[in-house]
Amino acid sequence: MKNLIVIIFAFLVCQANAFRPILLLGNQNLVERTCKQTPFYDLCIWSLKSNPESRDASVKKLAQIMVDSLKTKATETLDLIDELLQDGLALDPEMQKALTSCAERYNVIIRGDVPEINEALKTGDYKFAVKGADDAAIEANSCEIEFPTKSPLTDMNKVVHDVSVVAASIVKIIQTKFSF
Amino acid sequence: PLFYKGWYHLFYQYNPNAAVWGHIVWGHAVSKDLIHWLHLPLAMAADQWYDKNGVWTGSATILHDGKIVMLYTGSTTEGVQVQNLAYPADHYDPLLVHWVKYPRNPVLVPPPGIGPNDFRDPTTAWLTSEGKWRITIGSKINKTGIALVYDTKDFINYEMLDGLLHAVPGTGMWECVDFFPVSETENNGLETSINGPRVKHVVKASLDDDRHDYYAIGTYNDRNGTWIPDRPNIDVGIGLRYDYGVYYAAKTFYDQNKKRRVLWGWIGESDSEAADVKKGWASVQSIPRTILFDKKTGTHLLQWPVEEIDSLRLKGKEFNQVRIQAGSVVPLDIDSATQLDIIAEFKIDSDALEKATGSSDASFDCATSGGAAERGALGPFGLLVLADERLSEQTPVYFYMTKGSDGNLKTFFCNDQSRSSKASDVDRHIYGSLVPVLRGENLSIRILVDHSIIESFGQGGRAVITSRVYPTKAIYGAAKVFLFNNATELNVTASLKIWQMNSAFIQPYPNL
Repeated sequence: MKNLIVIIFAFLVCQANAFRPILLLGNQNLVERTCKQTPFYDLCIWSLKSNPESRDASVKKLAQIMVDSLKTKATETLDLIDELLQDGLALDPEMQKALTSCAERYNVIIRGDVPEINEALKTGDYKFAVKGADDAAIEANSCEIEFPTKSPLTDMNKVVHDVSVVAASIVKIIQTKFSF
Repeated sequence: PLFYKGWYHLFYQYNPNAAVWGHIVWGHAVSKDLIHWLHLPLAMAADQWYDKNGVWTGSATILHDGKIVMLYTGSTTEGVQVQNLAYPADHYDPLLVHWVKYPRNPVLVPPPGIGPNDFRDPTTAWLTSEGKWRITIGSKINKTGIALVYDTKDFINYEMLDGLLHAVPGTGMWECVDFFPVSETENNGLETSINGPRVKHVVKASLDDDRHDYYAIGTYNDRNGTWIPDRPNIDVGIGLRYDYGVYYAAKTFYDQNKKRRVLWGWIGESDSEAADVKKGWASVQSIPRTILFDKKTGTHLLQWPVEEIDSLRLKGKEFNQVRIQAGSVVPLDIDSATQLDIIAEFKIDSDALEKATGSSDASFDCATSGGAAERGALGPFGLLVLADERLSEQTPVYFYMTKGSDGNLKTFFCNDQSRSSKASDVDRHIYGSLVPVLRGENLSIRILVDHSIIESFGQGGRAVITSRVYPTKAIYGAAKVFLFNNATELNVTASLKIWQMNSAFIQPYPNL
């Protein structure tokens, strides 16, 4: 009898342990499945997995993580723009004009688009989250083409643009997925 | 929107803090004629737990005794969508300035099986044959868009019907559902509770997934609160749209003053939000449109700007029988071209139509075409508005006809924004759709031009396209209008009248 109990107990423990990796795998699957439906898979995976909150997250939470990433990247870019404007580069009037315009656009991303997306996600009116994310991509792109010659912001504009596009894609997944 | 004690009222979604969506409350304006508006203070703010995250869309119902009740969606502190009741603080105030919220709101919360974010925009109520009030609220189950139905006697207690008004798989969340009768025979609108023979009912939904407004015409069954479309292949969400451009969250109301059903629509921006923040505002309301059943086709609704818009007409100029050869552009000599009402009719050589060779490439679509620069045998031809003299910026509003290999002619009505502006951050899409043209009809267009807003009506309003354009050169005195014909095998003759339009002088209500 004692052996039976030991065996049953061992069996139960094994089963419990066997579940754990499946759960982790299950959620990794969600991150991977979600990112596969965005145009920038690698960026999406990297942004989400580098945030520990993506572990047990719903798709809505993944969207929020992406928006946080957008805000971070946009803020870094704006900081760089401010630095450049204070620098010697500002002496070139065309460069100054482009940087000033970019600063305006990045301000709108951080203080207009990001809050709009967050409020829309919170209240469930998803089309405004898509709109905000789409607009952030447009602002980053428009900043890049302001520079008549070499842009000092090419890499950062691309990241902000691509992160915005990924965020918009994830919101569209929320809109069309089954269950709330 | 509603008409009450001599005033038309518009309540609209407004963000008092920024030119982007958020912190939504109720703005309010009144007018005697649907054109000259006076701003009033905010009607409702987000001051209760049940609407703290947004005082969203609602509808008014006028009761038997003439009193008004308002049902609206609130987004609660937890972000749950609920329905709330409100009413005017003073029914004797024709301006309806102050509003009171029912102390025991919400009156409806998401029912079992419906998500907390999938329950919004209650409609105006209509009477059932049992004398109860009935409303519908859009929602979704998985990917199926649905309309829930509730009956009530007092707007406080509700019974949800077992069945749905209607549902269409694959359409996603139905926002701003509207439900109203249209007469098959009369040229006036119908009060919302009307039913009977020679009356059809329209179900309309705004699809959250693609941000377009769709409608379908069908038959309502009062006994079980259901509706079926006349043509399931063009059911709600998969068929006809109110407008093929930038036009969303539209709703109608019955104007008992002039016995017409009037449609309101939200025209968003097509520029960047940075531009909106810079200019300090975003979004406009369309010129209100009357809605009628199109007796000639039996399948479409007709929209037309309300007649009161004519009061803004200043001087007009007529152009008769202007011949536009294939591949040509004809300037129209009018003074200013930024605020216009254009009514144009196009005659085509029926010989040319006969002779044109049919093509098996019957897959034309305004959106995927090359716009007005793509030459076909029988199109495009129409007008260029908000164009500068050198045509470096232009917005074509035009027809494009195709002939199938079976000899059948199809006509498309399009609006091409691809060259509307040199700015880099504006929308460049081409909008439009098929428009039915019946035997003996000439092709006709009406266009209202207002700086950055173009509302164009094809075939008397059978197909409508609204667009927003932001020219950098074709502005103020430099804006011009042209006729154009970029077809290869067709000559076109146009007759038109163009009026300069006055400002509507929209301002705050004086001495409130």
